Amino acid sequence: MIRNLFLVLATAVAFPAAAQDAIKIGLVTALSGQSARAGEAITRGLAVAIDEINARGGIQGGPLKGRKFELVRRDDEATPAKGVIAARELLFREKVAVLFGGLDTPVSLAIVPVVNQAKLPFMGPWAAGTPITKNGAKDNYVFRVSAVDEIVDKAMLQYAQKTFNAKNCGMILINNPWGESNEKGLMAALKEKRLKPAGIEKFGQDDIDVVPQLTRLRQAGADCLFLVGNVGPSAQVVKSLDRMGWKPPIVSHWGPAGGRFTELAGPSARDVHFIQTYSFFGKQSPVGEKVLKALMAKYPDVKGPGDVTPAVGVANAYDAMMLTAAAIEKAGSLDGPKVRDAYYRIGRYEGLIKTYDQPFSPGRHDAINENDYVWTQFIDNQILPVGMKK
Amino acid sequence: MLILSALVSGLGLGSMYGLLALGFHVTYASSGTVNFAQGSSMMLGAVLTYSFAVTFGWPMLPAVLLALALCALYGVLVERLAVRPFARRGSNAWLMATVALGIVADNTVLFTFGKEPRGFAMDWAGGSIPIAGLSVSPLQIAIPAAGLALAAALHLFSRRARPGKALLAVMQNPDAARLMGINVPLAISAAYAASTVFAGVAGILIAPLFNVHSDMGTVFGLKAFAVAILGGLTSAWGVMLAGLIFGAAESLITALLGSNYTHILTFALVIVALAAMPNGLFGRAEVKKV
Repeated sequence: MIRNLFLVLATAVAFPAAAQDAIKIGLVTALSGQSARAGEAITRGLAVAIDEINARGGIQGGPLKGRKFELVRRDDEATPAKGVIAARELLFREKVAVLFGGLDTPVSLAIVPVVNQAKLPFMGPWAAGTPITKNGAKDNYVFRVSAVDEIVDKAMLQYAQKTFNAKNCGMILINNPWGESNEKGLMAALKEKRLKPAGIEKFGQDDIDVVPQLTRLRQAGADCLFLVGNVGPSAQVVKSLDRMGWKPPIVSHWGPAGGRFTELAGPSARDVHFIQTYSFFGKQSPVGEKVLKALMAKYPDVKGPGDVTPAVGVANAYDAMMLTAAAIEKAGSLDGPKVRDAYYRIGRYEGLIKTYDQPFSPGRHDAINENDYVWTQFIDNQILPVGMKK
Repeated sequence: MLILSALVSGLGLGSMYGLLALGFHVTYASSGTVNFAQGSSMMLGAVLTYSFAVTFGWPMLPAVLLALALCALYGVLVERLAVRPFARRGSNAWLMATVALGIVADNTVLFTFGKEPRGFAMDWAGGSIPIAGLSVSPLQIAIPAAGLALAAALHLFSRRARPGKALLAVMQNPDAARLMGINVPLAISAAYAASTVFAGVAGILIAPLFNVHSDMGTVFGLKAFAVAILGGLTSAWGVMLAGLIFGAAESLITALLGSNYTHILTFALVIVALAAMPNGLFGRAEVKKV
């Protein structure tokens, strides 16, 4: 009698426990400081995706059926050292199934060896440095649903030539690994078209005055500027240009999108044209409308597309999470190598940014290419596609 | 042309360093201690003014005055909590205690003011004035002017006004000053209040050129300390001049060699200068009678 009771109780305890074990998804990004808004955007994209998956019952089939997802976040304070500590904590103590990265290329670059050694998948929803996915590792666990610097650089040159008829572009780049990654990409893109830059100037994260570097570019006859830098430093470039009274066309990577660019840079902010992977303005696909509605329902400060800023963080993270859930389901296990191989088996998925068709394969760990980019500018506080009236 | 423009912006930044260093001088000369987290005081000036002027929408003058008054209060707090308990016992722990208090201040601002840098545009600070073929921002004139004016005011105050002379007496010989009936602890408190007010003014002046966030003062504070040592902690005009020299050097190196080398070269120059003149460029050796 007692034995039967014991067996019944044991079974009753065992089953709910198995179903309740949420699969942890880790996120290491800047949650404070300059890039805090970007970190918040990635969080929201992941959260909306996780809510959607959990609402339909979690994983749909296979050995992990019924299990839901849970997001665990850590702040890397945009510092590589802190990012590595946070990544280790999430991977080894929290035992996350997949680790999502954040905004900063230097931090992601520091985490890449950790995940490759631990054989656990890493998904980058933002940081665009080329060597993050193209890291030369034989056994590569790093994936990305985001822009890639070497492709963005080609797109930047193309845009400068097409829109501004630029012949002699000068580079003004942030002095860190992200800036270097883009220097390589821009030089390669220029070389492909047998062109040379007017000059290559670097500026520091904390520099207040960038006038000397810009003056050198102006003296070299630059008729267009390639700008790569996060929102704060990019604002200093715009302010320095204002002081110089120089108004060249500025073709930028997406740094300005990471914060309140117009507030920091002033009215000339709208002259900076920068790249995005997605915009919530204009006609939306059914997925776009669904995500927008979910955002407005979950976050009271989002009342329309203008409040989803920065949009790329949300969009990239959403699609990245959906693809990750698909990989985990296909793998049927949380084993790192199995999940990694399952990413390659993802077929067709109608996502937010685009419809993916076999987004990943060995040797191709980036899901987004140059045909998916959108060119935008800041009009007041909103990121709008270039030329679109507010 | 490039050099002239670099000099102009260098002198502006240099006066900022000078203002912060003046704060180091005032407290060191009167008590042998400094608020190591001077950068946090600078940040507080900017953050408080932003909060009053932009978040609450007050007119600029009352916002600035209240912000500076609160900075003065912060200075008194630093002295009471982080310096006096240790200096009284002859311990050097005020070095770390002031740093700790600065970190507390930075993080309190991080939680209340927010994580993002905010832009602080002042109407009169925008645009540019053509001077000698250069486009000069009104701020680049205002900052050195304010710095030198405050240094001059401090000089006059300590030479002409009674409380100023009392402070000077404390600086020269605290024991004798006490015997003459001067309230030495009050003088030291006042010195700390003045030091944070100087830093606050620097923060307010730099904010439109830069942006306002909880971390904005850290690098400035470090450089200002180097400037203070360079100028000789005991000389007010010395630290001001050292600030201008450091700022100009920084700017010229960036203009001529690119910003990769700026920090390496400027601090290397500081080391060379101190090796040549260990008391700083304008300081005097202190004689300690044992």
